[in-house]
Amino acid sequence: MTSRSTIPVVDALRVLAEHCAADQVVVTNQGSARIWPKLRRRGLDFHYNPSTMGGAIPLGLGLAIALPQREVIVVSGDGSLLMSLGSLVTVAGAMATNLSIVLLDNGIYEVTGGQRTPAKGTVDYCGLARAAGFPSTSNFAQLEQWQTGAAAALREPGPRFLRLAVGPAPEEYLQFPTPPIAEQLAALHAALEK
Amino acid sequence: MLTGPEIVATLSELGVTHVIWVPDSVTGPWESALDASENLRLIRVCREGEAWPLSAGLYLGGKSPLVMMQTTGLFESGDALRNVLFDLRLPLYSLVGVRNWINSGSKDTARHFAEPILKAWGLDCAWLATPEDRSKLAEHYWRCRRANIPGAALLAEGAP
Repeated sequence: MTSRSTIPVVDALRVLAEHCAADQVVVTNQGSARIWPKLRRRGLDFHYNPSTMGGAIPLGLGLAIALPQREVIVVSGDGSLLMSLGSLVTVAGAMATNLSIVLLDNGIYEVTGGQRTPAKGTVDYCGLARAAGFPSTSNFAQLEQWQTGAAAALREPGPRFLRLAVGPAPEEYLQFPTPPIAEQLAALHAALEK
Repeated sequence: MLTGPEIVATLSELGVTHVIWVPDSVTGPWESALDASENLRLIRVCREGEAWPLSAGLYLGGKSPLVMMQTTGLFESGDALRNVLFDLRLPLYSLVGVRNWINSGSKDTARHFAEPILKAWGLDCAWLATPEDRSKLAEHYWRCRRANIPGAALLAEGAP
């Protein structure tokens, strides 16, 4: 296993939260669905858990198509993306210019205990996104780089693809329960009605 | 059984806003009509497992999507269906082409497993297998909408 530069995942999400506008919809999934609710709670943050692996990007795409006046951000793990790589083609084909995909690439299946994905260290995710038709991609592997570059990357023409090389989540975050789905669905509905 | 213009007219009358689609031999000929419709937006997905969460996002955003796929895609997308219809409890409607249904002598395993799998998921289904069944799509769609439950119309491949 080769060492690589990574961003602490909680810091990575904290920076993203700081750059989210008040009316943006954020869809988190798997590990990020456990971390994000400890950082920020609001109705437009939908923590998709229980989910179907690989489903967060299509769900976010559906929201983006339904709500063209809003920006939608999907936070996906690399393991989830690998379950449905074709979703990159679907997103690009749908031309959802108000959608950003933020990939947290830690090379492991975190919620099942940290087993390696088949792709660890070998896949150029930004290259895949570009090849699928994304007009803009950004790659961040250091916290300072992400802090200074996040705003510009999130303003690039959409759909956008941002890959963050991150470290594993601290155990106390992984143990944090995602808010109940029925409660979240009601909160999302109320927030979108405002 | 239904031409492209007929399915577009029916879905438009039902208030369907988006069709999330992986084509099969039955629904494939509808492509040009679905694409040309001013009332519907056709969204093409790479794999049926994407169709259910994509429809969920549209539904949560206030739209009325319809998932359209073949039984083989239904089998493939089982976990996504499970999550969206039963975990999230979203009352999404689908139109599923059933391969070789009319061919009673067929050894096609996709035909063999169609009904047991649909029964296992507990989906409220209506068959579209004869010319007399044409009106059942709208009737069943509204029945599921009124009951706020998921449902599926099963379009028999080869139906007259």
